[in-house]
Amino acid sequence: MKNSIGTVTPQTLHVDEPLALVSGAVLPQYDLVYETYGSLNAEANNAILICHALSGDHHVAGFYEGDDKPGWWNDYIGPGKPIDTNEFFVVCSNNLGSCRGSTGPTSLNPETGKVFGSDFPIVTCRDWVHSQNQLRQHLGIEQWAAIVGGSMGGMQVMQWAIDYPDKLRHAVVIAAAPKLSAQNIAFNEVARRAIMTDPEFHEGRFIEAGTIPKGGLALARMLGHLTYLSDDMMGAKFGRELRADKLKYSFEVEFQVESYLRYQGEKFATKQNFDANTYLLMTKALDYFDPASEFDNDLSQAFANTKAQFLVISFTSDWRFSPARSREIVRALLDNDLSVSYAEVVSEHGHDAFLLPNTHYEGVFHAYMRRIQQENRPA
Amino acid sequence: MSQIITPEFKLISDWITPGSHVLDLGCGDGTLLTYLQSYRQVRGYGMEIDPQKNIKAVMNGINVIQSNLNSGDLSEYFDPHSFDYVIMTQALQVVSRPDLLLDHMLTVGKEGIITFPNFGHWKMRAQLLLKGRMPETDTLPYHWYDTPNIHLCTFNDFERLCEEKGIEVMARTVVNSQHQTNVGMRLWPNLLGEVALYKVKKRN
Repeated sequence: MKNSIGTVTPQTLHVDEPLALVSGAVLPQYDLVYETYGSLNAEANNAILICHALSGDHHVAGFYEGDDKPGWWNDYIGPGKPIDTNEFFVVCSNNLGSCRGSTGPTSLNPETGKVFGSDFPIVTCRDWVHSQNQLRQHLGIEQWAAIVGGSMGGMQVMQWAIDYPDKLRHAVVIAAAPKLSAQNIAFNEVARRAIMTDPEFHEGRFIEAGTIPKGGLALARMLGHLTYLSDDMMGAKFGRELRADKLKYSFEVEFQVESYLRYQGEKFATKQNFDANTYLLMTKALDYFDPASEFDNDLSQAFANTKAQFLVISFTSDWRFSPARSREIVRALLDNDLSVSYAEVVSEHGHDAFLLPNTHYEGVFHAYMRRIQQENRPA
Repeated sequence: MSQIITPEFKLISDWITPGSHVLDLGCGDGTLLTYLQSYRQVRGYGMEIDPQKNIKAVMNGINVIQSNLNSGDLSEYFDPHSFDYVIMTQALQVVSRPDLLLDHMLTVGKEGIITFPNFGHWKMRAQLLLKGRMPETDTLPYHWYDTPNIHLCTFNDFERLCEEKGIEVMARTVVNSQHQTNVGMRLWPNLLGEVALYKVKKRN
């Protein structure tokens, strides 16, 4: 509990205003679940929005009553941490389409009285940003001091900077890409096929059928997990270590890495109770993200009206969103003469590095947040 | 490696038109850019490979792109003529291909400002001649085996490279390690000068 913000409680914003989605569908009303840490100052200029990644949620830091597992970014948010809750008012909302409280496939569809399931419309990064903007208004924040996110969260940060250039001063984009590559989309598709071909999937209406496509979800997670790690890190952690003394020449789990992957998959599908439809929606949102597509595939043009100052961070062993992908972002920002700093952090932890402690990463991030703090309180 | 020498910054600053767009290669903790922002109202970016210096540069409010000057990143990031000046202080001698970097500098920048230590200074010559050992001086305080300087050159070498590449030396200031100059250095720069500041551009 050291340097922790302690116990936190999620809140819910109910929005009655219909949300027109990019797909053409309309959500007549919706709930957004969110958490806040620290307090909004009198000038309302110290608010920071955190955007979460694919399997993340609004519980970004601190602990729930009676639970000893902290939020997913507890290492980076709290008193004295890079995002210092003594200085900043931190907000993290749960994306629409999630299974963690915001309106999503596990919610009741008010029109039918049944759970949405596969009827929940496709949502995109832009839809999330529009809904988060409702939360901004609700909290009385004219302009975020910064919006910060890793991976899929980083994509939301870019979308904010493009869609609402006046509503944020700083954008921190970590381990992200300006759009998915064919390989990224291919991995997502295999994950989705794993879920959709599970006999327990029932075309997405598994909640009514009283089943869970655990097998498919576990496979999807195993594949995802694999892409988040680096070969070096897996080599260092598992090598070719066997579970038993010798080879069995069977299809049972023999290598430690197999056991680890299965454990991760099963934990996700059963203990974390992650909704299969949500997994499908989130991976689709990733596939669709491509802000340059509306600007003749010119990313520089996409950022042409952006005013925010940027910090972009990538990790050397991240092959899912490699440093080269972050450099595409940096290049597009530089084309617009925007204020941008870029750090390429040496790490062996692959894509997951953005969630883990690292001296350089913490140092740059902390230094940048200190800069924002100093702007807020000129000497 | 790049050292913090304020007199050098003052000399560089004298060559910079106020309000210019500047790129500082091997910017360290951003001291020079901070100085130029204050005294010449420049806008721009620094590039630096060292993580610790990166952190300090960010802390100092500098826009710093972490980058390896040996990797040809300049053209990856910037269009031709993006900057009024591309500056590189005390780093030419540590990169793997100073000749190629010079090309890149003068592609993305209209003018280049470069400073480096002179291997032709009489103390260098004397140590090699009399002791038969690799020189160690105030401006080059390293042993032969731990020096970051892999491409040391004399002023004459640098000027010959510029000549071969069609690069015009617009201005040159030759100083000693305290960044002072005198008549002797002006008469025999390659013998008596310890550090030179060059302002260069491509010949049309």
